[in-house]
Amino acid sequence: MNYWPLLGIALVVVGFALRFNPLLVVVGAAVATGLLAGFDFVVVVEALGKAFNDNRYISVTWIILPVIGLLERHGLQQRARAVIESVRGATMGKLLVIYLLFRQLTAALGMKDIGGHPQAVRPLVAPMAEAAAEKSHGKLAEDDREKVLAMSAATDNVGLFFGEDIFFAIASILLIQGVFESYGYPLTPLELSVWAIPTAICAFIIHSWRITALDRRLARVRQEVLEGGAA
Amino acid sequence: MITYEWLYWLAGAFFAVWATLSLRDRLFGNAAFWGLLAGSFFIGSHLPDFINGVLVLALVAIAGLGGLKRSQPATSSSAERDLLSSKLGNKLFIPALIVPVMAVAGTLLYNYTPLHETGLFEARRETLILFGIGVCVALVAAIVWLRPPALAAAEEGRRLIDSIGWAAILPQMLAALGAVFALAGVGDIIGGAAGSAIPEGSIFLTVVVFALGMALFTMIMGNAFAAFPVMAAAIGIPLLVETYDGNPAVIGAVGMLAGFCGTLLTPMAANFNIVPAALLELKDQNAVIRQQIGTAIPLWVCNVIIIYVGAFLLWN
Repeated sequence: MNYWPLLGIALVVVGFALRFNPLLVVVGAAVATGLLAGFDFVVVVEALGKAFNDNRYISVTWIILPVIGLLERHGLQQRARAVIESVRGATMGKLLVIYLLFRQLTAALGMKDIGGHPQAVRPLVAPMAEAAAEKSHGKLAEDDREKVLAMSAATDNVGLFFGEDIFFAIASILLIQGVFESYGYPLTPLELSVWAIPTAICAFIIHSWRITALDRRLARVRQEVLEGGAA
Repeated sequence: MITYEWLYWLAGAFFAVWATLSLRDRLFGNAAFWGLLAGSFFIGSHLPDFINGVLVLALVAIAGLGGLKRSQPATSSSAERDLLSSKLGNKLFIPALIVPVMAVAGTLLYNYTPLHETGLFEARRETLILFGIGVCVALVAAIVWLRPPALAAAEEGRRLIDSIGWAAILPQMLAALGAVFALAGVGDIIGGAAGSAIPEGSIFLTVVVFALGMALFTMIMGNAFAAFPVMAAAIGIPLLVETYDGNPAVIGAVGMLAGFCGTLLTPMAANFNIVPAALLELKDQNAVIRQQIGTAIPLWVCNVIIIYVGAFLLWN
């Protein structure tokens, strides 16, 4: 067997690690992989062009940006913060755990398009989480602020990934069904999707614990700052 | 019938406007980048594969040579935003909610009522098409309500797309990389290697190799869909189901979820991990992945245990 095409994978790993422009890394790896597998340069460029063209639907979602931008111009992020500041007892931990549960449940019901990074995380969830964290811990240091924002995005991902497979009519379930059927194991989507439930519960427990751990850590940092100030 | 082609024209128009505004700002790299993307949306379906491939190389050359710059279109100050936020109140959320409500409620309504018999939308494409319609409705609603200056919506959109920059097309580019990997037979090589790494006679270790293969190959490809058929063919079906007589539903369903743990750990899953870091304007492009490591690894262990218990201990 020709193992040379694996060099393309190595290129991706090294390129990402050395922080080259990811587009350059990806296309460089694609061309290298194709050539090492023995294809002509023209064939590789054609394959790349066809696949890029077939996947244009992925980049269509950016058309939402003018709506989000226009609302941000009129204070959407400030509004999201104000809502959280007005809720008594709101903490970043509670907020993100509730969002995690909401995202998992709606995805499990097939509504995976509620939420998402451009639509929900940037304009709403992240500013709310930051406001809640500042409400309980005071002004955040820049590194801590970035952790809170990144945790908001991470929570959206975890909620989506470990909720969506409970819904039986989703692409990944249909793919599993298709693969097993082609080997002579007919399964129903429902048989598969019930087995997504144990993992969904584990994901909720583990990620909730991590969210609250971050909240507790921020409280500790705050405590140290206060004690340092007093001494 | 409304098809994806309509959406491509809509998206092409947006990118063409951003290219024109970039030109006016004398940001030639940005104008070329967004202009080429607009061209791809408008006429990509009618171009030969090779020309589309050259277009990809041109996009990458512009981004790789640092041709994309942050733009600074005029916008409101943070004091103005505070003022507007308290003046406009919670109604500001309504236009933002139109889009997901339209996509979700529209999809449910279309699929579970006789509406789908009208064949209004291309089959299985209704959600994204409804998303596009939702964006148009929300945009018109916001403009009518807020009465911003003529170019404000376009300029605000450009401010955001330029802050995302090259990351905006990384997910699409990775899908293209996946196609080349498939053409080169990378999946078969990995599957063969994973299959030969199995210690004989141990069900538990076979489960571990299967779940690890799913996670690692998902990290390489950036999505579990590419990894699943390979790992199922190499280990899941011949060994776990046939030799060790495991429950196929558990092996399939939870094997896929072990792959999703890999998705949380890789920059290759750009739209989940890299794009949000750009959208949130974080300094570290791997900041989101860093927050996911502590969830993904213990969850992967849970998946191994669930497969072992559910597919073997409880099944036999």
